[in-house]
Amino acid sequence: MSERSDVGRLRKPSSLAGDAWRDLRRKPIFWISLALVLLVTAMAAAPGLFTSNDPTDCALSRQHAAPSGGALFGYDFQGCDTYARAVYGARASLLVGALSALFTGAIALLVGMLAGYFGGWVDAVLSRVIDIVLGIPLLLAAIVLLKRVSVDSATVRLTAVIFVLAVLGWTTAARVVRSSVISARQQDYVAAARMLGAGNGRIMWRHILPNTLAPAIVVLTIALGTFIAAEATLSFLGIGLREPTISWGIDINSGRVHMRESATPLVVPSTFLALTVLAFIMLGDAIRDAFDPKLR
Amino acid sequence: MFRFIVRRLLQMIVAFFGTTLIVYALMFAGQGDPIQALAGERPVTEAQRAYLTEKYHLDATGVGGFFYRYFDYLSNLLRGDLGESLTGRSIGDILAAAWPVTIKLALIAIAVAVIFGVTAGVLAGIRRASIFDNATLLLTLLVLGIPTIVLAPLAQYYLGVRWQLFPPTAGADPDFYALLLPGIVLGSLSLATALRLTRTSVAENLRADYVRTARSKGLPRRRVVSVHVLRNSLIPVITFLGVELGNLMSGAIITEGVFNIPGVGFNLFRGIRTEDGPLVVGIVSVLVVVYLVANLVVDILYAVLDPRIRYE
Amino acid sequence: MSQPTPASATPPGGHLLDLRDLHVEFRTQEGVAKVINGVSYHLDAGETLAVLGESGSGKSVTAQAIMGILDSPPAHISAGQIRYRGRDLLSLPEEQRRQVRGKEIAMIFQDALSALNPVFPVGWQIGETLRQRLGMSRADARRRVVELMELVQIPAASTRLGDYPHQFSGGMRQRVMIAMALAMEPKVLIADEPTTALDVTVQAQIMDLLADLRRDLDMAMILITHDLGVVADVADRIAVMYAGRIVEHADVRSLYRAPAHPYTKGLLNSIPRLDQRGGKLATIRGLPPNLMRIPSGCPFHPRCPYAQQVCVDVVPHDLVLGDGRTSACHFAQEVRDDRTS
Repeated sequence: MSERSDVGRLRKPSSLAGDAWRDLRRKPIFWISLALVLLVTAMAAAPGLFTSNDPTDCALSRQHAAPSGGALFGYDFQGCDTYARAVYGARASLLVGALSALFTGAIALLVGMLAGYFGGWVDAVLSRVIDIVLGIPLLLAAIVLLKRVSVDSATVRLTAVIFVLAVLGWTTAARVVRSSVISARQQDYVAAARMLGAGNGRIMWRHILPNTLAPAIVVLTIALGTFIAAEATLSFLGIGLREPTISWGIDINSGRVHMRESATPLVVPSTFLALTVLAFIMLGDAIRDAFDPKLR
Repeated sequence: MFRFIVRRLLQMIVAFFGTTLIVYALMFAGQGDPIQALAGERPVTEAQRAYLTEKYHLDATGVGGFFYRYFDYLSNLLRGDLGESLTGRSIGDILAAAWPVTIKLALIAIAVAVIFGVTAGVLAGIRRASIFDNATLLLTLLVLGIPTIVLAPLAQYYLGVRWQLFPPTAGADPDFYALLLPGIVLGSLSLATALRLTRTSVAENLRADYVRTARSKGLPRRRVVSVHVLRNSLIPVITFLGVELGNLMSGAIITEGVFNIPGVGFNLFRGIRTEDGPLVVGIVSVLVVVYLVANLVVDILYAVLDPRIRYE
Repeated sequence: MSQPTPASATPPGGHLLDLRDLHVEFRTQEGVAKVINGVSYHLDAGETLAVLGESGSGKSVTAQAIMGILDSPPAHISAGQIRYRGRDLLSLPEEQRRQVRGKEIAMIFQDALSALNPVFPVGWQIGETLRQRLGMSRADARRRVVELMELVQIPAASTRLGDYPHQFSGGMRQRVMIAMALAMEPKVLIADEPTTALDVTVQAQIMDLLADLRRDLDMAMILITHDLGVVADVADRIAVMYAGRIVEHADVRSLYRAPAHPYTKGLLNSIPRLDQRGGKLATIRGLPPNLMRIPSGCPFHPRCPYAQQVCVDVVPHDLVLGDGRTSACHFAQEVRDDRTS
């Protein structure tokens, strides 16, 4: 329909990022999720600011005791401060989420860039690999992989979880990068740069990479939330992080077992986890809507 | 159509070998003591050690040994011989008892997703940017953002233990009512995704040129939406639900574990907890096959629904 | 070709279709685009009116306003009347409006591939109105569909009923569209760029088919196009649109012989002609206006070689030039009599 597209063309030209920012600024969801993200980041960086209690100071004499002396939500089955444990749990979650997203981003950028830029058989092979990895159910593969880690060292388990999530979780981002590389490659200025004699490496670095960053960051923000949820799930199942590491997943599981006696040790870490995951997903969702307003 | 199915079948066979090889390699390659890996941290009796060595041909070594063992594992899998768990029960028997429960649960979850998700998605798509649309978008975002390990225990606590609207756990031979709450919890994620997918698809199709044509034929709006738009919009939704049914069968680990439902996921959950290696390996292998078959069925379904694919 | 009808002659009982001062706006977040700004034209039984203009001139929007299939929002009909057999369609309730669609006025679209529903067989799509609106049985509808497909010269019609749109060639798909539009035996057929998406050889076949069908079935036709070459053999009258207005309205021969609006003149000069080889092809300088900021006075003045100060200040009214011709140009006479270009 010619008329309609012409009306579209009549919009006054303004930068995509500028439009997106103007759109974002008016959205309460954006501000709420951003505030939550910053709050939980602060909690992970400096838990001491939010509670003066020691999360590892547990005494069975205080089992399911009522709130007292800074323990806002009372004590859990082991007699630990429920609130302090929830605060300290942010660190492991965010560490796993951020590092997995970082590695995922690196793999996705590399694979997506190679596949999208070179096309041909490189693209065919890499796309197949993406299909196969995407075809493996994430939780099942993580179970199989993590089952093999029988060490209890906190660092080893943390590394293993991050490794597993990065190895299994990069495919969606790689697809996004690939398609934005393909569309950037067809732009006139890339053809111009090539005619001026710029090499492949320079074109990829200077001209194509900047174009793929915005969509990649959106996908990775959402992925960060998903990775935090995945870490908690694996720890909940007992194959992710383990004691003495403090993780929401572990606490949710033990809270679940004893919920008939007291529900607070279940509800508190559950709320922390849900709000954190939601915050990242909503943030990514809001940014994506702002950059891609087609369906609003 | 026939050629299409044959081609997809061949692709699936390739994918089957690829995926099982990867899974098998993940499970056994580069292992120090493979038997200890299967058994986790539990002490292994001499009898178990002998059984596992024979079962997985662990005496064969090197790359050749690895492939020998892989094909042995594969042929056992194809013959349905999954061996015994560390507790001495036949894994085939465990699964035979567990499948009906899991299938029942998955069907309830899909029914929830279809009845509420697709209906609300169609309405939201038609009334894009309305209050209803924005409310459902926000609600689905909430559902998508809350992990199952939060949703399942909280639903169990509030709806089962505290307000006693549903049985909090299912037990050995669960009836429909006992499976309803877990089914809703399990289906909520599919519901949210199905809703968003339906909404986007309906909204896109409403702006398609063929809708304008249908209107210019003088058809009532009701018919334009319910026949022309819906028939096109539901193609991606139905394929999504097909893949999702495959996912739900394997993805019920948490839900079945929390609600104590003796399905496949529950047995996997227990296998992980009790570090029962053979049980985990057996169930995961079967689930991967189920997942592949579900994908194949969906591909064929897609071709049935969309003539453009069928005649490619 | 029938005799050209002077634009001013009104038959007893009024025109079959009569647009009066139609205004349509698109209200978007970026602002209001005035897409149609006072379009008036009419159509009598048995004649063919060509509506000519660049993309964005409002010709398709006008047609969709007649059909009542504008997407609203963003489209909004802010003023005017569309009278069909004396009734103003715009004042009818939706249900009565729907009865007119397809049965009285039918429309065929530019791109038949996207205009046909991809998931239904073509026979089903052609027969849908027969079953739904005329209550025909499946067997009767099927027989009628085969007749219609033969009417539009689709070979082996009865074997192709069950085929899907993507299995047809472009020309055949457009024939399917036409058959679908003819199903309810409409009195008016609106053809919106029916040949634009097709190969040149197929274009001529489809135009001939449309002209034949119009004559045999005694319909009136509105032919929307941006291609002056297509129009000459088929149309009786031409309305030239620019920026949502009709700038010139005349019978085909006089318009070709002596265009009375600089825009029409520009369009005619930009057709490649076999008798003037080697010369540089004339083009109209500049771009069509932004419909959110239509220039003051005559909207064509920034691109017009005849423009004077008056063109910037005063909106030109339709100037009647005799023989029923009108031109919305302050210098219509001069332009018509200027044979230099």
